Amino acid sequence: MKILVCITHVPDTTSKIAFTDGNTKFDSNGVQYIIGPYDDYALARAVELKEQTGGTITVLNVGTVETEPTLRKALAIGADDAIRVNVAPADSFFVAAQIAEVAKAESFDLILMGRESIDFNGGMVHGMVGELLGIPSISPVMKLDVEGSKVKMTREIEGGKELLEAELPLVAGCQEPIAEWKIPNMRGIMSARTKPLKVVEPSAVDGLTVTENYELPPAKGQVKMIDKDNIGELVRLLKEEAKVI
Amino acid sequence: MAILVFAETADKKIKKSSLEAVSYAAAMGGDVVAVVLGQVEGGELEKIGTSGGTKVLHADDAKLNEGVIQAYASVLAEAAGKAGADTVVLAKSSLGDAVAARLSVKMGAGLVSNVVALPQGNKVKRSIYTGKAFANVELKSGKKIIAIKKNAVPLKTDGGAAAVEKFTPSLSDADFKAKITSQEKAKGKVLLPEADIVVSGGRGLKGPENWGMVEELADALGAATGCSKPVSDMEWRPHHEHVGQTGVKVSPSLYIAIGISGAIQHLAGVNSSKYIVVINKDPEAPFFKAADYGVAADAFEVVPKLTEAIKALNN
Repeated sequence: MKILVCITHVPDTTSKIAFTDGNTKFDSNGVQYIIGPYDDYALARAVELKEQTGGTITVLNVGTVETEPTLRKALAIGADDAIRVNVAPADSFFVAAQIAEVAKAESFDLILMGRESIDFNGGMVHGMVGELLGIPSISPVMKLDVEGSKVKMTREIEGGKELLEAELPLVAGCQEPIAEWKIPNMRGIMSARTKPLKVVEPSAVDGLTVTENYELPPAKGQVKMIDKDNIGELVRLLKEEAKVI
Repeated sequence: MAILVFAETADKKIKKSSLEAVSYAAAMGGDVVAVVLGQVEGGELEKIGTSGGTKVLHADDAKLNEGVIQAYASVLAEAAGKAGADTVVLAKSSLGDAVAARLSVKMGAGLVSNVVALPQGNKVKRSIYTGKAFANVELKSGKKIIAIKKNAVPLKTDGGAAAVEKFTPSLSDADFKAKITSQEKAKGKVLLPEADIVVSGGRGLKGPENWGMVEELADALGAATGCSKPVSDMEWRPHHEHVGQTGVKVSPSLYIAIGISGAIQHLAGVNSSKYIVVINKDPEAPFFKAADYGVAADAFEVVPKLTEAIKALNN
């Protein structure tokens, strides 16, 4: 089975979010970049599937040269080779179109990625790739097993879950608890240095949206502390001041 | 030009977040045509008019009772054509995201999700970095899809009656390549992403056996229950209750955090709540910095008192 895992290169979940250049650029000063947490789950499940059924894992990122350490980390975790589409991601459609072009050329059986990136939180790329390739897209997937050409999945729905079946090929947007995160070991780190990392030039696609600038939310006011022996006062404030109960 | 709204249902009822999407579309102006897929309870379609919709296209087909992503995207594309709509508005949800993405490609429409305010011309404001920032985005395409975040606009309740038209979309087997074999849903509970009040518990509650206290407070408030990541990791509570950066993001009017210290990843999932109450015995817990109201005391002492006070208020 040929598995493609698409990964994002995103600021660590604890990063302080700030902008520069008149609020038009993300301030990456001092920011640690990681594989998107949801993509990490997708990669971990791909490694488990490869262990069970054999096959190959290709990891893909749409990004400039700065993302290569993130791709190398994915190789250290267990991917066999990597592809970097050499362009800064514009919008979701642009990224999806680049992924779909690579996927068309390589005929992957299963395309996994996170349910959403943790920077832009769009949750759209998997669906767009599915539609561009004319194959099913399922998200958010919390369990995925392959039996021959059949894929059995559990998808999270609001207030519960649903079980689905589909034939390969398909695209899945993954989330926990689909697999245990894998931490690269020393052997993986050493072998990642020599695994192939192919750089391909982007396809000519226009994005459909443009981000003009960014804003930070207004600063939070001071917390009002309430004595534990005066809970009636909390209820009064929620009713009369906040007007939420 | 009409605006098409995808009115999502849960348990044969139109979701409140979808009625907010209808209200949002009505505030944009023009005809608002809502699409309802699958069977619904009596009286549900009337809510579309009350929320500002002018017309309902109802595909009353049992095959559409469950949210099949591909089929829904095909039906919505057909509905957009039928309604002559160049803009589609929907509520952000796990199904909404998955459907809107495919619809965007079908329609050649730019898609912006997590939108928090009405558009200004072709520009919309969206939440990014899990609520830690906003981006102002220009839609360049002629056709547009806007997925709004909960609580982005007030729910309109004084609209008129919407004309209901039966809609029979052309469905093919290709739309049902992925088959739903079963569903498990918590019945009769307030859905977490839809809830106007959320009561969440963390490790400070010491174990799943103590959750009755949280549920009792939630019942008194008509609230949904949530939890922190360690709590769902330890399987004290189901995963769909995990609130945070890698779980459910909520934006209720009131978020009550009990025994949760306030890790940055948890805060990211709740920071667009209108009001936050924190109950934690550690006065140094970082969550107090993000709270509007705080009680630095033992949850086992405070929560029953709070529940009693809410019950007294309700009576």
